Amino acid sequence: MLLDDYAADVMGVLRGAVGRTDADDCFQETFIAALRAYPKLGDASNLRGWLLTIAHRKAIDHHRAKGRRPVPVADLKEVGVYDPEPDDGIWAAVGALPPKQRAAVSLRYASDLPHTEIAAALGCSPEAARRSLHEGLKRLRKELA
Amino acid sequence: MKASLERLADRAVDQGLLDVAYTMSDSPFGPLLLAATPSGLVKVSLPGHDPEETLEDLAARISPRVLEAPVRLDETRRELDLYFAGKLTEFDLPLDWQLSRDFRRRALRAIDRIPYGKTRSYTEIARSAGNERAVRAAGTACGANPIPIVVPCHRVLRTGGALGGYGGGLPMKEALLKLEGVL
Repeated sequence: MLLDDYAADVMGVLRGAVGRTDADDCFQETFIAALRAYPKLGDASNLRGWLLTIAHRKAIDHHRAKGRRPVPVADLKEVGVYDPEPDDGIWAAVGALPPKQRAAVSLRYASDLPHTEIAAALGCSPEAARRSLHEGLKRLRKELA
Repeated sequence: MKASLERLADRAVDQGLLDVAYTMSDSPFGPLLLAATPSGLVKVSLPGHDPEETLEDLAARISPRVLEAPVRLDETRRELDLYFAGKLTEFDLPLDWQLSRDFRRRALRAIDRIPYGKTRSYTEIARSAGNERAVRAAGTACGANPIPIVVPCHRVLRTGGALGGYGGGLPMKEALLKLEGVL
């Protein structure tokens, strides 16, 4: 498979994780890192999961670089300013989840990955992935209710 | 998405991370897939061949670092357009021969020296490649030419002038020879 076959998936995850404005920068970082590491990748059978793992890390780096922490519920309005999309509210709330939950929710709903692939992307067990997803959804429901 | 991928290709080139750049290009015969490495044009895939399959093959044989990067192939596209318009008789493009080896590469280099509007027989190509008796192998080398049109295997005919074969189909071979005034 070719790397750019997954460009749309990676972009989808990153838009969910860091917002539309910053997604392109993270996209660039993700693919440059992937191109750099690709010749050393022994097993290319789960290229998509591997790329999404890198994307996930780049999104975390991005949040760290911006000094942004998971935002408490009460401060939600302060983070939802960078995405003019109509579903902005949801993705801003997703962006404000703790990293693992945010990644699990993005991978599940922006990239349509099954639990096993989410687990591979996050480097945890499928049960842990399921739990992160569940916790993330629970929190979203509460915040958006 | 397209702008992001273009920006990525530029950055990858700058950082020496792009091993195979490709683009699709229109021709009078249908879309051509063009691919280049930093050394030069490595592949021209004729209409009728699946571009996805060709890209997979390039990824396996050269490097998986393959990206669509039209700008890297601008000069190739420009020269091909002029050639199809009958306004260019000699390509001036760096070529990467890595997809052919040994006898095949020697045969293709011999083919590369056939001037515009001239033809050679498979026997002559076999002789130029160092083995006059390897006529069949010369035919195989033509059939396996990774850079058709630019390396003009359409200028190789059977002894006596019969067309022989062509990867893009005989009508295309005939049209190219007509374009060059041979037929």
